[in-house]
Amino acid sequence: MNNIISYAHIKNNQVSVNGSVMFQSAHSASVSEFLSEAYKSLELSYPKFHKMDAQCKLGFLCAEFAMRGTAFLTEHELSRTAIVLSNNASSLETDRVHQHSIDDKSNYFPSPAVFVYTLPNITIGELAIKHKITGENAFFVSEKFDADLLVNYTESLMDNVTEAAIVGWVDVDGSNFEAFIFLVEKQKDTNKNAIFKPLNQANIITLYNQTKWTH
Amino acid sequence: MIFASYNNIISPLGFSTKENYEAVSNSVIGVKKIKFPFSEDPFCVAKIDDEQIKQHVKTIENYVSYTKLEQLSILSIQDVIQQSGINPESERTLLIYSTTKGNIDVLENIYKHIDPKRVYLSELGKQLQSFFKFKHTPVILSNACISGILGIIIAKRFIEQGLYDNVLVCGGDILSEFTISGFKSFNALSHEPSKPFDANRVGINLGEAVSTILITNKKELAVPYDTEIVSGASANDANHISGPSRTGDGLYQCLTEILKTNNSEIGFISAHGTATPFNDEMESIAFERAGLTSIPVNSLKGYYGHTLGAAGVLETVLSLESMKHKRLIKSEGYEVQGVSGNITMIEKHEPKTFTAFIKTASGFGGCNAAALFRKVKTV
Repeated sequence: MNNIISYAHIKNNQVSVNGSVMFQSAHSASVSEFLSEAYKSLELSYPKFHKMDAQCKLGFLCAEFAMRGTAFLTEHELSRTAIVLSNNASSLETDRVHQHSIDDKSNYFPSPAVFVYTLPNITIGELAIKHKITGENAFFVSEKFDADLLVNYTESLMDNVTEAAIVGWVDVDGSNFEAFIFLVEKQKDTNKNAIFKPLNQANIITLYNQTKWTH
Repeated sequence: MIFASYNNIISPLGFSTKENYEAVSNSVIGVKKIKFPFSEDPFCVAKIDDEQIKQHVKTIENYVSYTKLEQLSILSIQDVIQQSGINPESERTLLIYSTTKGNIDVLENIYKHIDPKRVYLSELGKQLQSFFKFKHTPVILSNACISGILGIIIAKRFIEQGLYDNVLVCGGDILSEFTISGFKSFNALSHEPSKPFDANRVGINLGEAVSTILITNKKELAVPYDTEIVSGASANDANHISGPSRTGDGLYQCLTEILKTNNSEIGFISAHGTATPFNDEMESIAFERAGLTSIPVNSLKGYYGHTLGAAGVLETVLSLESMKHKRLIKSEGYEVQGVSGNITMIEKHEPKTFTAFIKTASGFGGCNAAALFRKVKTV
């Protein structure tokens, strides 16, 4: 039996953790303004954050909010912790930046610092580096948040060596962005902050729709 | 038991697995020097001949409504469905599509009649779903250069869960100015044919290919190779987003995991071997750490260049062919030992009867994957 122990949801310029809005910025804030304000609210010092593209920042923040106050990282073998993410836009937001840099042949300036972010799984890499997580990886692309796919695949991993997983959706496309990340672990009863919902499609969909956004 | 079954490769070396295996076993290489309008000097890439594509796509109804990658994918998947006779419309059939960049050429505005939203990978999935009438929405996997082999590992997991009986894994990526300019900005491209694991290797040749393989639990479909996927694993280096671990940590973790219950002799390792200085060095260290020093190694990038999302599928298919034909494929481009890990390169095509092999891959984002394939003992 696998449990969801915590989750965070970011959209509408707000962050909710386990269903309650914990942080919000002005309704009109841009993607980058919002990400930067949310980062400040966490009072972290992680200079690599500032080099990331918007999708990696969003995934990084959502995972950070989901893990806050839990013992997730200390309770599991990091080599047996998986990261499974998904979205619709793949890395299209940064793809457009790279494409723009090569559109004009007389002003041709492709940059390796941009190009490296033209793969969606770089978000997994950034999370892995930050938290020293070395387990299974997969990045799926689906038109909409696909609870069936994520739950089925996470369960297939937990049937084997994986004992915990960071799972969810991290999507940035133009001015639209949304992230929903949940933490899964094999049944244990030592984690006092855990919300303990059995991992299944219905529970994931309930949690995904749980938050009462304030605007 | 989960079997590796019928398959197809579309590449500069042919439009079927047979043509590709014959070319490779005769040391024909697909990389050629091409001059691109956006680069001052020519460099080597492996590009599928446009005329060849034109000849083949005529068989697809209304082919002009598909992008180049969609056309090649339709041809490749169609070949596997025809060979195997599986029903794409069945509840028990799934398509996993592995790609890094999908229809990225749509972003370059090269098509007149293609909706710009086709650059979204889910749209590529929809085109393939509606062409073949797949019951399930295709699962799209975009996990850098491990996408292909990871797709095969995921297919095995889904079948073991009881969700499907037949999973088609199609890996595809095309050459585009987008990827070429990006790898060039990293100084990662070689002007000459690439030399994986060689002392004088300087970088990658990019290539394009689509390759499809059927993964199945149906014994009657195991016919082509009688080979099972024993185990598969992925792992992250947790070290750097664009450079591999200097100590091969993630790949070593994958190898340890897939070999932990292994009791068969490994015939060879089909390495990732991109021919960049750092990648090949890292792999050699991981292989040595995993105790694989005496196991012969090849990289097929010398023939095909780096075909990104297709690579893991294409290289698995050719490894299965190699095992079937009892012949090791030479690691093209390798001459002088150029890595510090103690490994054994395959320096010429040579006869060898064997019953198991390992396929590995590593990619940006610190990801690694490996899988173990083994012939099923026939009584």
